Amino acid sequence: MRQEHGIFSNIDWLTIGLFALLVFMGWFNIYAAVFNEEQPSIFDTTQKYGKQLMWIGGSLLIIIVLLFTDGRLFEKLALPVYIVMILMLVGVLIFGKEVSGAKSWFAIGGFSLQPSEFAKFTTSLLVAKYLSHAQITMAKWSHRFVVIGILALPAFFIALQPDMGSVLVYGAFVLVMYREGLPGYYIFFAIWFMVLFILSLLVPKLILAGVLAGILIVAIYFLRKQRQAIYAAISVFVLSVIFSFVVGYIFDNVLAPHHQSRFKILLGMEDDPSGAGYNTRQSLIAIGSGGVTGKGFLKGTQTKFDFVPEQSTDYIFCTIGEEWGFLGTSTVVILFVVLLLRIVVLAERQKSNFARIYGYCVASVLFLHVAINIAMTIGLAPVIGIPLPFFSYGGSSLWGFTILLFIFLKMDAFRWQIL
Amino acid sequence: MNRKYLFYFFFIALGIIFLIRLFNIQVLDDGYKIAAENNATRRMPQYAPRGYIFDRNGKLLVANQIVYDLMVVPRQIVDLDTNSFCQLLQIEKEDLIARINKAKKYSYYKPTLFYKMISRQDYAKMQGKLYKYQGFYTQKRLIRNYPEKSAANVLGFIGEVNTNFILQNPTYQMGDLVGKAGIDKSYEDVLKGSGGIKYVMVDNHNREKGSFLNGRYDTLAVPGFDVNSSIDLELQKYGEYLMHGKRGSVVAIEPSSGEILALVTSPSYDPNLLVGRERSKNYNLLDADSLNKPLYDRAILAEYPPGSPFKLVNALIGLQEGVITEQTSFTCNHGFRAGRLHVACHCGGGSFSLLRSISKSCNNYYCSVFKKIVEKYPTGREGVDAWSNHVKSFGLGKFLNNDLPTGRKGLVPDANYYERHYGNKNVRALNVISLGIGQGELLVTPIQLANLSAVIANRGYYITPHIVKMIDGKPITDSNLTKKRYTTIDKKYFEPVVEGMHMVFESGTARYSRLEGLPMCGKTGTAENPHGQDHSIFLAFAPKDDPKIAIAIIVENGYWGSRWAAPIASLMMEQYINDTVTRPHIEKRMYEGVLYEEYKKQLMEKYKTDTLFIPNF
Repeated sequence: MRQEHGIFSNIDWLTIGLFALLVFMGWFNIYAAVFNEEQPSIFDTTQKYGKQLMWIGGSLLIIIVLLFTDGRLFEKLALPVYIVMILMLVGVLIFGKEVSGAKSWFAIGGFSLQPSEFAKFTTSLLVAKYLSHAQITMAKWSHRFVVIGILALPAFFIALQPDMGSVLVYGAFVLVMYREGLPGYYIFFAIWFMVLFILSLLVPKLILAGVLAGILIVAIYFLRKQRQAIYAAISVFVLSVIFSFVVGYIFDNVLAPHHQSRFKILLGMEDDPSGAGYNTRQSLIAIGSGGVTGKGFLKGTQTKFDFVPEQSTDYIFCTIGEEWGFLGTSTVVILFVVLLLRIVVLAERQKSNFARIYGYCVASVLFLHVAINIAMTIGLAPVIGIPLPFFSYGGSSLWGFTILLFIFLKMDAFRWQIL
Repeated sequence: MNRKYLFYFFFIALGIIFLIRLFNIQVLDDGYKIAAENNATRRMPQYAPRGYIFDRNGKLLVANQIVYDLMVVPRQIVDLDTNSFCQLLQIEKEDLIARINKAKKYSYYKPTLFYKMISRQDYAKMQGKLYKYQGFYTQKRLIRNYPEKSAANVLGFIGEVNTNFILQNPTYQMGDLVGKAGIDKSYEDVLKGSGGIKYVMVDNHNREKGSFLNGRYDTLAVPGFDVNSSIDLELQKYGEYLMHGKRGSVVAIEPSSGEILALVTSPSYDPNLLVGRERSKNYNLLDADSLNKPLYDRAILAEYPPGSPFKLVNALIGLQEGVITEQTSFTCNHGFRAGRLHVACHCGGGSFSLLRSISKSCNNYYCSVFKKIVEKYPTGREGVDAWSNHVKSFGLGKFLNNDLPTGRKGLVPDANYYERHYGNKNVRALNVISLGIGQGELLVTPIQLANLSAVIANRGYYITPHIVKMIDGKPITDSNLTKKRYTTIDKKYFEPVVEGMHMVFESGTARYSRLEGLPMCGKTGTAENPHGQDHSIFLAFAPKDDPKIAIAIIVENGYWGSRWAAPIASLMMEQYINDTVTRPHIEKRMYEGVLYEEYKKQLMEKYKTDTLFIPNF
């Protein structure tokens, strides 16, 4: 009987190891990013690095509490915590402290709490709980709407803060829905229209329409025996053409100029290193100047001298890139990929649907954060404020991700007790 | 198909895309490293202090002073309060905007010179406020400072290098200062030292954050060497004082070494005018003064017919060629006559020996000597060429190749010259008889004339006149400037000529400039000037037997030699040798003798007008 060995032998030490590595690398890089010669102690709690250590200590407490929690409790608490979180998200709009135009924070004493960071795990719990019911299927639109509703509620209140980066996170659950039965072509179409979106900004619309028509003709040739498929292809073509025109129209007429320029810079259509492209350019310079082995711990000049904005939070990857070079960045990327793969492996071995779906939620949410955050710092995505899990400075974000991950690790350790 | 594989695919694809991108920007692309350096480090050129210039006695002539260049990094300008900034810099708003736009055009990121050479006094006033204007910072520059308002032509000036200069001298960079005239130009390599570069780290607000990598890549500026000019400041100043109100020049040389003791051009200018912010404005003003030409160094650039002093050369050649001896006499009947040719003479007439011919400057005598020299040879061509070669051995008619940045050849004609210019293939003595008395085609510069005086003082040789005595405390070693250059005339022939020159002071044309107790030798000259009044010329050295100073003086349109040039020469030699002047009345007369009226008259004649404004100088 495995459970006799207690909770610590059943737990997945590989994931914990990855988690610990990422958290401590994050801490060191926050130290490097905001290093202050007058406060050289990494334990100095008046500085961000000292505070981050406090958050790390706090997350240890959280981990211990989670690991000793009854594994069954999570499913039972899913709805209550979700509701509490929604109330908090509403509350923050009323009582929150406004920081640079967004009401995302509760100020409690000297500390701040960002409820949207915790909404990720509460939403995951409720999505997992709902989808794990035997009779729920993603083939049904009515069920899909419930899931979309669960996601849209927190997303809506977060959008009101506004914090568009955090809203985007709820898009990650499409992956979970796919895993639980959403037809694959939704993913295909999501990608197809994303590519189309970019192309319709880059390529003149008539040329794009011509290319699409060419693809359609080739498709019809191959599908000539299947009347249904031809109809589908034609309708996709028509939709695509309409989509590209609509995108162009929306881009030119609906998007605010600064949003337009973010996209334009990203697509190489505009070059304004002193204006909107400043962050991306500085971030690229910092990472690019790291070279193969980097400039060394505390030797980064770009991050140290504040050329890179938000270097301890959203742009923490720049410090890694500058001080540890390609060796450092590839290590971090690989660690994240291994963590994501490991979570999926763990999810797949769950006996309970709830645990499996929750595992996929964790993987998808982390995946989206890593993808967007790193892509933004290396100029592959527009500037979207979203933290790098475990790395970025901030108690709420660290605790939010810790809870997200360790609820799953507890479920995983608990799987033996489910018959 | 198991749906987990799409997740594996997404995760691994993401990892691969990131790794490729990171490899690309971190390993393959160097552009970001350069950008980072430009971002975070500021390259601060450390300008080497140029070497100082002293006079021969160690008196400071040229030093350095600190000024401040205001630099701008356009991207870092934040909420510039244009009104207060304009007030601080004392510039117009349009000017400010134009300057910022110019800087932006060059680069948003790189520092650009915004406002140059703020004097230390002005900087002290604005220093406390400058920090408020983000994107601006100052950087120290060293420019010249001249404690004495003297010898501007000798010292020269420095200025910023231009694009052409950089193309030819790639070690210089835009903004570097380089000697543009005088010693600062000819000794550029010695004086300039080598600049260094200091890298300081700056943050995104352009605040300095200490040295970059503990100064690993910094290079120190190495100061230039100090230079001692051969100029004697007191003598130079005295020469400038005596030349007050007159156009012309004074060149004094130490015969034994070829060192130039004084190189006076008049009128000149205060060297401090060509320093700092006002430099180009002042330069243009000086340059535009086409009447006085203060930037024109007459002492080395102006060419005059030598006139009577040249008779000394002809006497020496005559003796060397054996066509006369010390005893040879010619009878002057108020001029030289040959057929219809007549060269007038004011010596008073009678029979003249060599010595008296010098002291009285008899034209007839030297026309005769010249005729004899040329006619000693079978053809006129050979005769003229032989004469020409002798003359050139005195350093005349060719560049001195000394250490002054400019110079002129002057002109000593030979037979070919007459063929080329006059189509006269068979030049004869009588065609060119005026060469005998230093007129005709002959042209010399004042420094060549002073060198001629040194040749006679040295009894037969000269050392190329030069302006620098020591570099970094050590005597110069350039053999071109230290070796003796002998003339074609034997030493023994110089004694009678020196004796004759002595008589010039004792009983001849310069007897009023004689000084008891200091045996001087000299020769007056009154060079005919086709453009107006004759030039007053004098050539001298002293003491007679152990010459310490050889001097040549030209006062333009100064009538005759004994009127201005001889007294000035006498006073200067007295000042140099005795260190005091005992004839204040002559000194006063020289200082107060201004020739504006003369110059004005000439201009009026030239432009045929009687209403002309001529500024005094």
